[in-house]
Amino acid sequence: MDNIENNAIFFNLTIIIIFLPLLGFIINGIFGKKINNEKIIGIIGTSTVSISFFASLYLFIYTNTYHIPRIVVNLYKWLNIGDFQINVSYQIDNLSLIFMMVITGVGALIHIYSISYMHKDRSFYRFFAYLNLFIFMMLNLVASSNLLLTFFGWEGVGLSSYLLIGFWYDREFKGYNIKLTKDAANKAYIVNRIGDFGFLIAVFLIFTVFKTFEYSNIAQQAIDNKALYQNSTNALLISLFMFLACTGKSAQLPLSVWLPDAMAGPTPVSALIHAATMVTAGIFLVARNSVLFAMSDVTMGIVTIIGILTALYGAFSAITQTDIKKVLAFSTVSQLGFMFAALGMGAYSAAVFHVVTHAFFKGLLFLAAGSVIHSMHDEQDILKMGNLKKYMPVTFITFLMGTLAISGIPLFSGFFSKDEILWNVYSNGNVLYWLFLLIASLTTALYMFRMLYLVFFGKEKFNTAEVHPHESPRLMTIPLSILAVLSVIGGFIGIPYSLGFWFSKHPNLFDGALFKIFSDARAVLLLENHNSIEPIEYVLMTITVILIISIIIIARKFYLKREYSISKKLADSTIYKLSLNKFYLDNIYYTIIVNPLIWVSDKVFKNIVDNIMIDGLIHTISQKTIDLGLSIRKIQTGKIKDYIYSLTFGVILILVIVIIAFL
Amino acid sequence: MNPLLITLLIPILGATFIQLLPRDKPKIIHRSALIFSVTAFLISLVLLFGFKTNIEQYQYYAYYPWISDLNAGFRIGIDGLSLMLVLLTTFIIPLAIWISSDSIKVNIRQYYSLILLLEFSIIGVFISLDLLLFYVFWELILIPMYFIIGIWGGKNKIYATVKFFIYTMVGSLIMIIGIIWLGHYVGTYIIHNSVGFTTSLVEIQRYANQIPINIQNILFWMFAISFLIKVPIFPLHTWLPDAHTEAPTAGSVILAGILLKMGTYGLIRFNLGILPQASLAFAPFIVSLGVVGIIYGGLLAMVQKDMKRLVAYSSVAHMGFIIIGIFSFTVIGMQGAIIQMINHGLSTGMLFIAVGFLYDQRHTRLTEDYGGIARLIPRFSVFFGLAVFASIGLPGLNGFVGEFMALYGTFSSPFLNNHTYAIVASLGVIIAAVYLLVMYKKAFFGKITNPDNNILKDINLKYGIIFVIITFFMFWIGLFPSHFLKFSETTTNKYINNIELIIDK
Repeated sequence: MDNIENNAIFFNLTIIIIFLPLLGFIINGIFGKKINNEKIIGIIGTSTVSISFFASLYLFIYTNTYHIPRIVVNLYKWLNIGDFQINVSYQIDNLSLIFMMVITGVGALIHIYSISYMHKDRSFYRFFAYLNLFIFMMLNLVASSNLLLTFFGWEGVGLSSYLLIGFWYDREFKGYNIKLTKDAANKAYIVNRIGDFGFLIAVFLIFTVFKTFEYSNIAQQAIDNKALYQNSTNALLISLFMFLACTGKSAQLPLSVWLPDAMAGPTPVSALIHAATMVTAGIFLVARNSVLFAMSDVTMGIVTIIGILTALYGAFSAITQTDIKKVLAFSTVSQLGFMFAALGMGAYSAAVFHVVTHAFFKGLLFLAAGSVIHSMHDEQDILKMGNLKKYMPVTFITFLMGTLAISGIPLFSGFFSKDEILWNVYSNGNVLYWLFLLIASLTTALYMFRMLYLVFFGKEKFNTAEVHPHESPRLMTIPLSILAVLSVIGGFIGIPYSLGFWFSKHPNLFDGALFKIFSDARAVLLLENHNSIEPIEYVLMTITVILIISIIIIARKFYLKREYSISKKLADSTIYKLSLNKFYLDNIYYTIIVNPLIWVSDKVFKNIVDNIMIDGLIHTISQKTIDLGLSIRKIQTGKIKDYIYSLTFGVILILVIVIIAFL
Repeated sequence: MNPLLITLLIPILGATFIQLLPRDKPKIIHRSALIFSVTAFLISLVLLFGFKTNIEQYQYYAYYPWISDLNAGFRIGIDGLSLMLVLLTTFIIPLAIWISSDSIKVNIRQYYSLILLLEFSIIGVFISLDLLLFYVFWELILIPMYFIIGIWGGKNKIYATVKFFIYTMVGSLIMIIGIIWLGHYVGTYIIHNSVGFTTSLVEIQRYANQIPINIQNILFWMFAISFLIKVPIFPLHTWLPDAHTEAPTAGSVILAGILLKMGTYGLIRFNLGILPQASLAFAPFIVSLGVVGIIYGGLLAMVQKDMKRLVAYSSVAHMGFIIIGIFSFTVIGMQGAIIQMINHGLSTGMLFIAVGFLYDQRHTRLTEDYGGIARLIPRFSVFFGLAVFASIGLPGLNGFVGEFMALYGTFSSPFLNNHTYAIVASLGVIIAAVYLLVMYKKAFFGKITNPDNNILKDINLKYGIIFVIITFFMFWIGLFPSHFLKFSETTTNKYINNIELIIDK
């Protein structure tokens, strides 16, 4: 069996997976206010996503058991003008299924968590409606069989993200030029629009070149015309514009500025949208179009370098942040950088693997942070916490698991995915790339343990008489525990050959599932799928682990043993300020783009071009017309004598003309 | 009787009938106007259902002799393009009439008569197949529009009316010379008919390609100036913000929703239809103006403090997409332009209705006078948001379809043969998000900053119905654009084939 189109069971199953969350959105969105019962609303919101999850899981197991590589589900033709055909159709293969399972699985857990977290919110129903809308859009993004439907999902998740960041639209939120959450929502949407511009141009170019929007067809044609297409201007432009879209959605340099401010949204939103799923849409897009990217060496280089730079940028910015969610936001920026670095190296499945483990541990960390914020009465400053392990043991244990996972401690999930990226960067790239990512990894361990020690250890830095931290209710701790378990053991689906050779020829199940999908792109890149043991791999792995453990010990000394305070000398240092102010990216954008553009529009275009030049010209013309009329009007004096004079003059004039004409 | 003729005549019958009603019965007057306009809409649906999408010729054709010395006749008929626009007209006018009862309190009889007279003349413009008849309707529109803005308008209404009038008149005067020249040339030198003159659009369309190219080029501009003012295109746009801002809500809705499309309609019907060679020659210039309009209109919208002015400048930007779609000379681009005409009518119409809704209650249109009103009027805010995102071009809503197609048409146009136009125009999608979302944010979200706003009441059943209807069409077009595009497909193909034939020669 190869491609299966519109088989009834698959058809119905796919429709259920994708459209149930839409149904949830419609029910909660329209009738939520009337239902006015948190339980019912919560159950509607959660059950739709949960059913989607189990259906995706079933589909995944079924297709892999019977070796069905791809199912295509066609709904209808959206546009049909000559060869300009755009279908609403879905492509179900292991890549889309892995994303769908993460989206609905982690999504369902976060829905459950939100029932408790959003308890007594005045717009409880609206929150669940938006969450379901997001899941629907995200599923469209990853399950689509063509660029246009992906773009629909792409824009749809942008809308959901906008609605959810600004969910508490009158709360205060601090950021550069941001006072309220609504400002952050706008910023996120508008910065993303810059990326969307790239998406549009890429789509135009792709259709001009390939005359189709369908992913499989595009990849096939690119392979067939490889000699002509590879490294052509079109290949470069298409992949670059598409990458611009990815830098927007996945918060990579230079469009990374919106993600830290997106933390203005409720914490479950940060966990679901701004950590686990939406921000990985850029990874998905590159993975889905792996062939198009592989065809341009320049773009692959740019993807790698941007990924590495962003990994470093995010990690360094995270060290000095004091808002618990902003630390995690920069951490996300940094981790996404790791994924792009892997993509740029052609390690597609490693990138997707990191998407999955990151969804587990970053989702977990955000939810645990939400649990902390919840019990600290909306306090987010980590300098005002401390010793919380005593008050909230479950949150502490789960947060610890997440921290160990993201830091890459052996056997935890993050270790496997990050190690695979590091190894690929070294073996396909060079030692310099590896070194930079190693530094980013070490910094990750540093800022994570800094946060862990400041929040959960040491002395209480809050007023214990006023604030009584407490463990969160079970609806919150159960999702935390499940994610903690996944963060710990989730990595075993992707054991590298070097560690698993003794029990299996193919220990990396994850790579096995995606192997076929990326085989074309890897062939273009001349990458072999080597199942060999290289001693250097063990050396690098050992170095990494030793260094990470030393960093943790240093962090312990610095943040735990001594009473933590920043010395004035450090606080005044350039490097500290750079980190604290996110390398002044916002300031730069406002100074060189936003403010000049507003100034030109207002002072030049509005005041000079429109008002003075165009309208001025029109006013002058009309004034001259009026003046002319006024001066001619003076002839109309009303005196009979004047009229007789002019009559006589006129008659003489006519006579003269007639005489001249006839002579 | 020809349903097209009935659609045309019902509004003028209504306008007359309303004049016979007693002056002190505003409710009856309002309802009668509504009934007449809804009837016109229902009859126009008959046009839609009886329309054959695969026929190139004009349908519902009717001819009555008029001025035989000029060979001018009362010739009407529609193709896919005019069908869409007639339906847009008959759809928007009842909505505009329905919302008028809230804001129009004086001279009610005259007001509704004028609106119906306006509907009569707009439909006339779209269905005329005779140049002289077209011109009569084109000019007739000025009269009701002049009074609607001049009598029921805002503070600066006289300035705005005169500006609107003069701008349009300048264009019209040039156009009538064009019509005379064209009619004379074709009548005398090409078909040699007995009077040496013709105003039949079908005849002129058939023979105009025999006119020497240098005369065609001059004729092109004699028509184009008038249409480009109407669209409006940069730098002929400054009448629009003033007229929009000063007009009563219904006036703005009709102006933006329908009247602007007369410009783009004229460009397709006359410039492309009659003078394709000249159109090709000037396309790069006009597309450049369209692209400038997209960016310039967007940037100016960004710095407006008055919501109505903002929407007015956004129209300049949105109409730019229609212009580039038309002058891309591709089926996709032109189909996109046609659907964009409908989309702009719906979403901008809805935005104007919404701003009018706020103005009727608070008597201010300044964004800064609002703030946080989503808490006070949540339902209204949802619909306002829908119109905003439709205008931004969110996929799934109508605006995206037209913009995407017009942009792709321009991008891939073999005649323009330059990707730069579309790439620069695409930047407009970023700017649109900026000005609309910033306005939406400032007015609707955050804390309630102005206690005066506490008097705001959320939408009643009437506005609920209006918004739901428009939203319904936004989703319908956004999700199933083929249902709408199929009506204009044959017409578009005809025009583009015509252009391609010329290229082949």
